[in-house]
Amino acid sequence: MNWRAIRAIYQFEMSRFYRTLTQSLISPVISTSLYFVVFGAAIGSRIQEVEGVSYGAFIVPGLVMLSVMTQSISSAGFGIYFPKFIGTFYELLSAPISFLEIVVGYVGAAATKALIIGVLILITSMFFVDLSIVHPIAMLAFLVLTCLSFALLGFIIGIWARSFEQLQMIPLLVVTPLVFLGGSFYSISMLPPFWQGISFFNPVVYLISGFRWSFFGTSDVPVGFSLLAIAGFTALCLGVIWWIFRTGWRLRD
Amino acid sequence: MATILSVRDLRKTYASGFEALKGVSLDIEQGEILALLGPNGAGKTTLISTICGITGMSSGSVTVGGHDILSDFRVAREMIGLVPQEITLEPFERVWNTVRFSRGLFGKKRDDSYLEEILRKLSLWDKKDSAIKELSGGMQRRVLMAKALSHEPRVLFLDEPTAGVDVELRKDMWEVVNGLKADGVTIILTTHYIEEAEAISDRVAVISGGEILLVEDKADLMRRMGQKQLAVQLTEPIDAIPDALSDYQLEQSGDGHVLIYTYDTRADRTGITRLLNDISAAGLVLQDVQTRESSLEEIFVGLVSGEAA
Ligand SMILES: Nc1ncnc2c1ncn2[C@@H]1O[C@H](COP(=O)(O)OP(=O)(O)OP(=O)(O)O)[C@@H](O)[C@H]1O
Ligand SMILES: [Mg+2]
Repeated sequence: MNWRAIRAIYQFEMSRFYRTLTQSLISPVISTSLYFVVFGAAIGSRIQEVEGVSYGAFIVPGLVMLSVMTQSISSAGFGIYFPKFIGTFYELLSAPISFLEIVVGYVGAAATKALIIGVLILITSMFFVDLSIVHPIAMLAFLVLTCLSFALLGFIIGIWARSFEQLQMIPLLVVTPLVFLGGSFYSISMLPPFWQGISFFNPVVYLISGFRWSFFGTSDVPVGFSLLAIAGFTALCLGVIWWIFRTGWRLRD
Repeated sequence: MATILSVRDLRKTYASGFEALKGVSLDIEQGEILALLGPNGAGKTTLISTICGITGMSSGSVTVGGHDILSDFRVAREMIGLVPQEITLEPFERVWNTVRFSRGLFGKKRDDSYLEEILRKLSLWDKKDSAIKELSGGMQRRVLMAKALSHEPRVLFLDEPTAGVDVELRKDMWEVVNGLKADGVTIILTTHYIEEAEAISDRVAVISGGEILLVEDKADLMRRMGQKQLAVQLTEPIDAIPDALSDYQLEQSGDGHVLIYTYDTRADRTGITRLLNDISAAGLVLQDVQTRESSLEEIFVGLVSGEAA
């Protein structure tokens, strides 16, 4: 393992983030605030409580997840796609590193950025609602795992993409709908039975439910399932990455 | 001298089915400058990319300093630096950052004073905090060079280092290359230009159509390349070359209308005056005279057909 190479990639990616720090941080803060105004204030005034929690507080975990997932995917995807796009990828291929170092470096940096943004959103939301976190360690663990696994997914998308359109397609067409339909802003139990059934095929439901459990101690699905879902998803991504590594798919001519 | 890079029967077929390398074998000596000369599409970049691990090989083997580039890739690649043909840099990145990144990527310990030395040598030190996009093309090419040198490679590949670089800068580049050679770095550079190969290389390898046609000492090759031909067109065809002209080793063509004389432009005397005098003394009447230089392209063709014969 070439730790210096991992650190080089990680620092290089993070410096890109710091260079545009204000932009990187302002937009999630603003959009979170908007969500609170729209969902929390407008809708929340009509819905008193969900599962014993005020609606404003109830949407916080989903809101954090939504941002963290999209951020992880887009920054890992962009991070690895950009060198391919402008041609600096040759350096990664010619360096004395294996694919593992590349993955750890890029995914680590993307997950870190998403984590920073996630925490920032959490802090922002505390200005709007009273929030108590029942299981803080579990909360952090869920957050970190989500950042990592979705950064892995983003990495795969970045390797796969041959254009910026493709790079944005999956997050837009697949992830955002799954997150919105994954109980970010409502409890699955509020849905009619048929849609409840459908929802259980949505992997994001398990993540958000588990994450919400760490805040309020209640959940749509048992926490064990949530952990299993996120572990399975991570394993799947790692498997795909291992395969890419073995075959050199979309990496080498 | 010891062989530092050994390429054995290297083949590369691209996914498109095109075979860009057709069994290349090449040994490069420690500390030499080898010019890889060849026309567009010859396979120069493919050869370099394969050695550096950017492109996968179809078959064959390559060792660097005795380390196989596949089974022992970490050690092999640490020894290699590459300046690619195309300028590929992140436009918004700062010079210093990209160079430091390269060093780290190759697993070398941070050493700012070494990087400073490189940037100074390449006249880039005052640009170290500039964004890449603020630099001229020639400067960007030197940044690529600085990146390649950042991890102290023992073997340096320069894929057309002087493409799009003005004469002044070209000289600077050659100076840097010579300095590296003095430090014991082995250098392989590709070029289309005979003069460039002539100016800095020790040996020249000619590649065309994915095959190495020859590897030769520069001095020998230059002698061969320095040849020029004089075509003398006669008013009347002749059956045989008169004995009086036998010294000139003339060739006949064009149904006996044309006599071809090959001479070395570098020789003190080309013998043209004497030849023309002797021709008229032999009673032949000249209609026209042409000279032509063998171009690189023709030499390649000559080499290929020479191999076939
Ligand atoms: N990715 C690729 N897929 C298919 N064919 C390729 C690919 N890259 C190069 N080739 C083909 O391989 C041959 C050799 O290309 P290469 O780039 O190695 O030539 P070169 O000697 O470097 O040429 P130049 O002097 O123009 O840089 C060319 O015919 C080219 O079309
Ligand atoms: Mg080339």
